[in-house]
Amino acid sequence: MQSDISVRHLNKTYGDGFQALKDINLEIHPGEIFALLGPNGAGKTTLISIICGLVNMTSGNVTAGGFDIVSQYRKARETIGLVPQELNTDSFETVWDAVSFSRGLFGKAPNPGHIEKVLKALSLWDKRNNRIMSLSGGMKRRVMIAKALSHEPQILFLDEPTAGVDVELRRDMWNLVRQLRESGVTIILTTHYIEEAEEMADRIGVIRQGEIILVEEKSSLMSKLGKKELRLQLQHKLDRVPGELTLEPVELSEDGWELIFTFDSQHEQAGVARLLRTLGELGIEYRDLQTRESSLEEIFVGLLND
Amino acid sequence: MNLYGIRAIYKFEMARMKRTVMQSVLSPVISTCLYFVVFGSAIGSRMGDINNISYGAYIIPGLVMLSLLMQSISNASFGIYMPKFSGTIYEVLSAPVSYVEVVLGYVGAAASKSVILGLIILATARLFVDYHVLHPFWMVSFLVLTAVTFSLFGFIIGIWADGFEKLQIVPMMIVTPLVFLGGTFYSIDMLPEIWQTISLFNPVVYLISGFRWAFYGVADVHVGVSVGMTLVFLTLCMTTVWWIFRTGYRLRP
Repeated sequence: MQSDISVRHLNKTYGDGFQALKDINLEIHPGEIFALLGPNGAGKTTLISIICGLVNMTSGNVTAGGFDIVSQYRKARETIGLVPQELNTDSFETVWDAVSFSRGLFGKAPNPGHIEKVLKALSLWDKRNNRIMSLSGGMKRRVMIAKALSHEPQILFLDEPTAGVDVELRRDMWNLVRQLRESGVTIILTTHYIEEAEEMADRIGVIRQGEIILVEEKSSLMSKLGKKELRLQLQHKLDRVPGELTLEPVELSEDGWELIFTFDSQHEQAGVARLLRTLGELGIEYRDLQTRESSLEEIFVGLLND
Repeated sequence: MNLYGIRAIYKFEMARMKRTVMQSVLSPVISTCLYFVVFGSAIGSRMGDINNISYGAYIIPGLVMLSLLMQSISNASFGIYMPKFSGTIYEVLSAPVSYVEVVLGYVGAAASKSVILGLIILATARLFVDYHVLHPFWMVSFLVLTAVTFSLFGFIIGIWADGFEKLQIVPMMIVTPLVFLGGTFYSIDMLPEIWQTISLFNPVVYLISGFRWAFYGVADVHVGVSVGMTLVFLTLCMTTVWWIFRTGYRLRP
């Protein structure tokens, strides 16, 4: 299967000598939602900017839709829609004109039917004759997405799509992204909201200090690196972890009413049975138990701290 | 060639002219009318003819050129600077448009606006001063050539500028003095010999001289030299624009 985006040995060093990207290799598959995670300044936006033509690469090769972004830049860029992080809009333009402008800029013949479809899908139809300056921040964000979709791109880049938007709009955005994926659009989103990646992504890449440190299916990433936690609420308070349990990764809560057992979700299922058996042998009774899987955020923090 | 892309940029820029008609059209027309009233009708009626042309009529080509230069620079520099300032330039840079197409869109629109304005000013001048155009083809050619050349110059300024102050510096501090000292209100033959020689280093002298020749058949320098100098400046601007896009200067880091 040919990748929608292929990045090989990509390096970027800015004029001031700062090396923003170091030997990046990345393949994005057609129709997937790929989340690129990383702290501020990790190189997420630089990577997107190079693929989209906003920043010149120092060395390497990048293709989009199978076309080289330098030698075949026209065809490559036709396949891409970009929603940048900042709300960069022409304040005095109407929504309709702004979206139509984007379609023309990308070399597509006017198609009012398509613009109407996009505006309706984004709940912007009623605002089509409004100047962008009169819209709320959330609506402006939708206009940015409408502009990016105006030329029917095969690949959509969303750079921090929900930065600074309220919870309701964030949910709407997520639904929209899913709908786009269902229509066959490949989506690459950068975010530092782990919840966003956890909610939507098929695969996750983590970038740190200009290097991709991990690319993994979300589910396998969570099962591989995720930890589970078993919390046992005790019938009787304990002063310390019994000596028989010290070989297990067991902790006692501060108030002494809970035993907390942390285990690898993939490999240490046996540890739970062993723990419960030992507790039974020791006569330690519990009145409730609950398990919790570690979130992507905890995995992410762990990765960055490695 | 991405014709839809060029059209989109061109239409967008022309729409800005419609939105700002007071600033883009009325303001320069009124300013130029004031020149006609003061120098053409009021003071001009007391001044002698220059090369057998009434003073009011003599200054028309220079005044049209003054507006044309200022508006070409201002339209083009503002046209490219604003997307940089607001951040919307990302869309142009990520679009499948070549730099030639970008320039055709922005510079074409800026030059069109300037030519329209120049023609409006010429029509308005008729209300104040009687004049004729001896070589209409060359008059329009000079108008278009100058508008394109200085729109390119404005485009370069718009890319170079990193603040509104810089956007104003070149038109106000350099171009205006060059136009005023370039023979708008006088023939350089009227200057002492040393100043005549110094004036020949002012590129605007050639523009105004050529343009005036198209009207009345008289010129401070030969019309061929005027066309040649304009083409030299046009080539310089085109080379600079080519270099800007090749290197990504202030556009693509």
